Formats: sequence, structure tokens, C-alpha cells
Amino acid sequence: HLATSLPLPSKRDHLRPRIDLVVFMIDIKSKYSLKNVETSLAHVDASYFLGKVCFLVTGVGRVNACSIETNAICKLGEAYGSPVLFCELELEGIRVATAQRLLRMLQICAGHVAGVSALSFVSLMRNSDD
Amino acid sequence: PLPQESVDPQKTAFVLRKAWTLYSVTPLYRFRRARLRDYARLLGAFIAAEKRKGLAVEVGVELDIKVALATLADLRGSELDQAALLVQLSSRSQASSRSSEDKLVWSGWFCSVFGDDLSENVPEDFTSLPLFLSHGPESYTALVGSWFQKTFDCCFRRLAISPQNLSWMVAMWAGCKLDRAASAVELVFSVPRLAQPLDISYAIHPEDAKALWDTVQKTPGEITQEEVDVFMDCLYAHFHRHFKIHLSAAKLVKVSTAVAAAHCDGMVKILQSQYLPGVLMLLTELAISQIQ
Repeated sequence: HLATSLPLPSKRDHLRPRIDLVVFMIDIKSKYSLKNVETSLAHVDASYFLGKVCFLVTGVGRVNACSIETNAICKLGEAYGSPVLFCELELEGIRVATAQRLLRMLQICAGHVAGVSALSFVSLMRNSDD
Repeated sequence: PLPQESVDPQKTAFVLRKAWTLYSVTPLYRFRRARLRDYARLLGAFIAAEKRKGLAVEVGVELDIKVALATLADLRGSELDQAALLVQLSSRSQASSRSSEDKLVWSGWFCSVFGDDLSENVPEDFTSLPLFLSHGPESYTALVGSWFQKTFDCCFRRLAISPQNLSWMVAMWAGCKLDRAASAVELVFSVPRLAQPLDISYAIHPEDAKALWDTVQKTPGEITQEEVDVFMDCLYAHFHRHFKIHLSAAKLVKVSTAVAAAHCDGMVKILQSQYLPGVLMLLTELAISQIQ
């Protein structure tokens, strides 16, 4: 399900399936997207931050169009205990690889992968960052 | 804010009020200050040879190009910096050869202002002058550039300025104290993903901009990323309140203040001599980070 901001309209609450993973997309060329994500974060239930939230930063291929400091995004990831993925949507290879990564994360968060929970997975990712 | 060193305004007058195209340059190998006259002669011969090969700059006009290289001792940040190097191409057309008036057709200069980050780590035999500014026809820039690349094994790259860096510049320059009445602070944004490109120009009264910056900046002489962000957010919020447009979603492409103007494609115009060292220091830093 794709949304431009949170909270999701309450009208369709009863029709909505269970949400297993929330991916916040930040366009490094748009400061507005970061602000939007920051305000939307407040609408996410705390339990999601145990491995069911991740930040996806797009547009990193163009260093010269950068409007946001990557440091600020990494700090955001740390503050919310959630992984930050960087990708460039304009390159097909990276786009496909990123989609596959997100799909794998979704499978774990939905409980489809035996022996791996969302929480254990996110702590694995955090350790590899350090 | 910006360092204002006592620089002889006469010597640096040529820098002001011209649109300079910016490049980053890797260190020059075996460049010798003593050989400037030789280099001028070699560069002149190279340009003449390229013209004969048919890569003429101006078709149908016979131009004799004279090359002059000079050291500008004043244009540097500290004693650790290399003094700036000025290259000038002048023409003496056949028609006016009697009046022997040389007309300046192109100028370019290499400099390093507080470029210690690079010059410290450079091996012997290398001269660090990371910032190159050119003014004049692009064809001459290409000729001079390729001669320097061949002769000193260096590499020129257009210096791109990101929206983040432009924000830093406008915050810094809008906060500068000026004696004379200043021109407006202007930001130009380009709106992405539209069928027809749209540019938004946002002009702010210079006193308002300076007043805003003064309330944001905590320590005079120091600027932090947070302060720049707060300054820009205030400008964006003000614009949104009036026009319901989120400028933060657009791309900042040009900033213009009374001190200097800069464009994301790597062009700058410096208007005030008292802040020249500060502006060059910032540009040197950008050039160095592009090289590394």
C-alpha cells in the first residue's frame, strides 16, 4: 500500500489488511520528503519500531543534487532503531536488488521465514552497521 | 562570518563582477614558478598549432593569440597556500596590428585559499592549486585546460554545487555586514518532473534576510549545519504560508546576494572585495572535496 503521508485515512481502516512493514521513503534531493517522513513517524505505533520500520533513501546516485545531509538521515535511523537503506531508483540493477531486499524483509516481518523474527533480524542489521 | 583580510583591491579588481566558471584541479606535477615565461610561450605555440589543425576558435577571423602567465602573490589564504596563477589570452587582430592594442579574450586563474587539507597530503614535486576559475569562450578554456593536463598531468573537472552547498552559501552571505545598500537576496528553484520546466524565484529584502540570520546564528564567526537548516526552513515556511508551495521539494539551483552569486552548474560571481577571501575559501573547500 502506497501513501504520501501518515496517518492513513481512517475511512478504510476496516478494509485494510494487517501491515507488516512500513518503509519510509526519503528523496535525498527533496528536503520536504525528510520533513514529511519526520511528521509521519509520529503516527506510527511504537510496536512497529521493533523491526517493522525501515528508511529507504533514494536518489543517492546524484551527489550534486543533494539537499539533505546523509548524517541527518543516519541519526534518524539510530533514533528510531530502524535500518536505513540507500538506493538509486534510476538504475535498474539497484532498483531490482533493493526491491528484493525489501521483499525479503517483508517476508521476515510477516513471519513467513521460520526461525527469524523481525526483531532478531533488525538487531542483526544493526550489529553489522557497527 | 567570513574572513576579511587586507587584500590589495587593485590587484583583485579583475575578479569582481565577472561570471566565473568553476573547476576542480588535481595537483600539478613539476610546475615551476620560475618557468612562467617558458610556459606562456609553449601554451601560445600549442594554441596556434591547434588553430592550424582546424580546431580554430573563431572561424574566418585571423586572431593572433598572445599568452601571459603571472603569479598573484596576494590571492592566497595563508603562507601554506600556493600563490594564485593567472593565465590571460589576448588577441591582436591583423586589422588593428598597427595600433598594437591587445584585447583580452579569455582569462583563467588557479588558486588555493586555506587549502591545507589537500596541500598537506600532496607529495613533493606536486603543486596544489585545486580551484580554477575561467571567464571567456569555452573553446579557449578547453585549449588551456588540455595543455595544462598534458603538461602537468593534472585533471580538470567542472565543479558542481549541490543545493545543500548553495544553502550554506546563501546563509553565510546573507549574514554579511555591508556598508553600502545591499541588493536583494534571491533564491532560484527549479521544479522537477513537470511537462514544462518551471523556475521559481524567491527574493528577500537583504535587511530581513540578515535579521533572520542574526537571530539564528548563535556564535559569531561560526556556522553550523543546524543553523543553516533553521534559516532555510524559515524561508521555506514563509513562502509556503503565502503561496502554499513547498520549496523544500524543489531543487535550489541559484543563490544571489550582495556579496556573491552562485549557480549549481558551477558558476560564481563575486561582487564585494572585502569578502573575497571568504568566498574563495569556501570554493576551495568544495573543489578539494570534489577531488578527494
